[in-house]
Amino acid sequence: MARVVLVGNLAQLTGGVAEFDLSVTSVKQLFQQLGELHPALARHLEDGVAVAIDGQIYQDALLEPIGPDSEVFLLPQIAGGSTLT
Amino acid sequence: MAETMTNGNSQTYVGTRTIRPDGADKVTGRARFGADFNLPGQLIGRVLRSPHPHARIVSIDTSKAEALPGVKAVVTRDDFADQSSEFIPAGEMMMNYKDVVRNVMAREKALYEGHAVAAVAAASVAIARRALKLIEVKYEVLPHVIDVVEAMQPGAPLLHDDLFTVGVEPKPEKPSNIAKRVEIKQGDIEVGFKKADLVIEREFKTAPVHQGYIEPHAALASVSEDGSTELWCTTQGHFIVRAHCARLLGLDIGKVRVTASEIGGGFGGKTVVYLEPLAIALSRKAKRPVKMVMSREEVFKASGPTSGATVRVKLGVTKDGKFVAAFAELKYQAGAFQGSPVQPGVMCAFAPYDIEHVHVIGYDVVSNRPKVAAYRAPGAPISEYAVESVVDEIAKKLEIDPIDLRMQNAAHEGTKAAYGPKFGPVGLEETLNAIKKTEHWNAPLRKWQGRGVASGFWFNIGGETCASLTVNEDGTISLMAGTPDVGGLRASLAAVAADELGVPYDKVRPIIGDTGSVGFNFLTGGSRSAFSGSMAIVEAAKQIKAELCARACKLWEAQPDQVEFSGGSVRPLGALAEKVKPMSVADFAKVAGKTGGPIGGVGRINAQGAGPSFGTHLVDLEVDPETGRVTVLRYTVAQDAGRALHPAYVEGQFQGGAVQGIGWALNEEYIYGDDGKLQNAGFLDYRMPVASDVPMIDAILVEVANPKHPYGVRGVGETPIVPPLGAIANAMEAATGIRFTELPMSPPKVLKALKEKGLSRA
Repeated sequence: MARVVLVGNLAQLTGGVAEFDLSVTSVKQLFQQLGELHPALARHLEDGVAVAIDGQIYQDALLEPIGPDSEVFLLPQIAGGSTLT
Repeated sequence: MAETMTNGNSQTYVGTRTIRPDGADKVTGRARFGADFNLPGQLIGRVLRSPHPHARIVSIDTSKAEALPGVKAVVTRDDFADQSSEFIPAGEMMMNYKDVVRNVMAREKALYEGHAVAAVAAASVAIARRALKLIEVKYEVLPHVIDVVEAMQPGAPLLHDDLFTVGVEPKPEKPSNIAKRVEIKQGDIEVGFKKADLVIEREFKTAPVHQGYIEPHAALASVSEDGSTELWCTTQGHFIVRAHCARLLGLDIGKVRVTASEIGGGFGGKTVVYLEPLAIALSRKAKRPVKMVMSREEVFKASGPTSGATVRVKLGVTKDGKFVAAFAELKYQAGAFQGSPVQPGVMCAFAPYDIEHVHVIGYDVVSNRPKVAAYRAPGAPISEYAVESVVDEIAKKLEIDPIDLRMQNAAHEGTKAAYGPKFGPVGLEETLNAIKKTEHWNAPLRKWQGRGVASGFWFNIGGETCASLTVNEDGTISLMAGTPDVGGLRASLAAVAADELGVPYDKVRPIIGDTGSVGFNFLTGGSRSAFSGSMAIVEAAKQIKAELCARACKLWEAQPDQVEFSGGSVRPLGALAEKVKPMSVADFAKVAGKTGGPIGGVGRINAQGAGPSFGTHLVDLEVDPETGRVTVLRYTVAQDAGRALHPAYVEGQFQGGAVQGIGWALNEEYIYGDDGKLQNAGFLDYRMPVASDVPMIDAILVEVANPKHPYGVRGVGETPIVPPLGAIANAMEAATGIRFTELPMSPPKVLKALKEKGLSRA
């Protein structure tokens, strides 16, 4: 199970829950599971958060793999992606 | 030329100071900047701007202006459809399209002095100016608020009646000027502060400062009868300009072609649109090309500075120098619309240090100033200045060497950053060591002279990038990138391409392609362009090498394992080497048509793996006790570049960042009168450092390779503006014994502080 931690204001959308243990293999799956668990969070995931997997920050990387023992942080995006229209 | 091996690649040009491909054009005046583009039959566009910092726009009557001979088009808010609320990236910050359309052209209200209210296109500058005077705007003047703390008070003049603070529970029932509250938290600071033997708490204030690019905003638009649109402009991201203009004007992206000019500085301030949609709207209406160039006054009044801020920092430390708890509260001005860089300010504040208990809160606050835009490491210099000042005070109180104190608490590989994840390999300790080893660190000082040190951090990013390599008929290489070259991109990418393909550097011709010539690129920002661009070039070169190997196999009737690409040629291996000779890239170019057609590669990536960058700055300065003037005597920068593709350009980034930081610390500020109007909208009164104000900045390249980049590269452009504010404030304390907690430390403020302490000779 990957350990997932929400950083900053994101936990306000999950009723204050900031840490999760999730069985996910990619960022896409992570977003799906979190969105199902906490629908209020879903739109913000789509809007763009950065995902740090084992210390490495990824942005706009839905297909990035997540290992079974990975430590994952969801952060505010450092800079935007390409979804401009 | 020497050859080195790094990461398994043979490198002849990477890491050397190659000739700049754009150098000759720039020193001879051939280089075309934004205002240098012209088209036959072009009109001149000018903008009517609000004289009021806050006013409701009751009506706009353009009839007299439109009737003036020579006026071909007038546009107002009615020419731009309203936009839905949707946040989009603006540099390294977020902006809402609902606000973007209101910033390029005021709708219900003018929200700052200089806010665009109408624009005209006319046959001459004189006619355009006359036309502006004929536009009748009826304003209902409203109370204004400039200061960030005043804007947060209940009862402050309200800019937006639909702005409710996000990030607080319960959701506010009344609107306010506080757009957002953000925070990061780890550990428990109450527990942490109880462990502290010494706690220092201070409040700091910084002024808004402009990015100060020498080249003003400029745009030339030409819209044809079928709606096809061409735009030439000075920007850090022509693909972003294309997207914004298409959105604001209801155009298909594919019908808009944007060419980025050479850029005379941007530093984050050219990541958004101002004139571009106006020029297109005017050209569409006039059916003629329209050229618009901002005056310097317009640049100051109507394009984004960065935030001014109030920052409170509390840092707890044990008597032996271990940081145990940290708290900060940041209040950042966003300007007239939400979207200050407070979020990165929050995340960066304590990033250089390994602290178990951290809590940082930030507020994004609107006031009647121009909307802020990104400025090098947006938000970080402000919060890190405050933290580095407190760190220095702790060092003095505990009588610990300030470098040793930083070293003791420095973030390193495996440190959990205050914003969450653990760092990979980073080079803060190496920069501290490098500074401590300099002769500068121990050089003697005289009375009224002081020495200061500070460290700084920036994340760096990657992002969507496309770049191409084409092998020309004679074996030369055309390189096309799609991010404007602000600080050595072309030279850096050409060196990578030359090394990857084994061709001479001067046989690679790099250019920046327009939006119709190369695939999508995110903008130049986040210290990403050389990092991401070089990854795309490596990918493009890989494709070429694979293609050449495939063609060699066909020509030589060989199997793939009988050939390899090395040293600029496809080489036969084993027994095949006795039958055929290696073929160079140029050899393949000669027979390209006969062996399958043109040869090229395109790197299309979303670059990940940007390595954070740390830097440490050391400054000596002297204070004149009669005038309060501060002279920077000596300055040394050490920064982790990962791997410097082009050391001279990297050093230039270090030096430029340091000089901009010197200006921020000592002189630069937006000065408003009680009437809410900017009083120093020009370089005579807005005092930026010039060459004669600063010494040669010594640059030390620290190279802790980024393992996620094929050459080890980290972004370098933003980190160097982070430490100067703290380093200079710390040097001022060393020189005068006074802890300056408000920037800029300009002569009047310094003199006042010296007089209050009885230190002035004036």
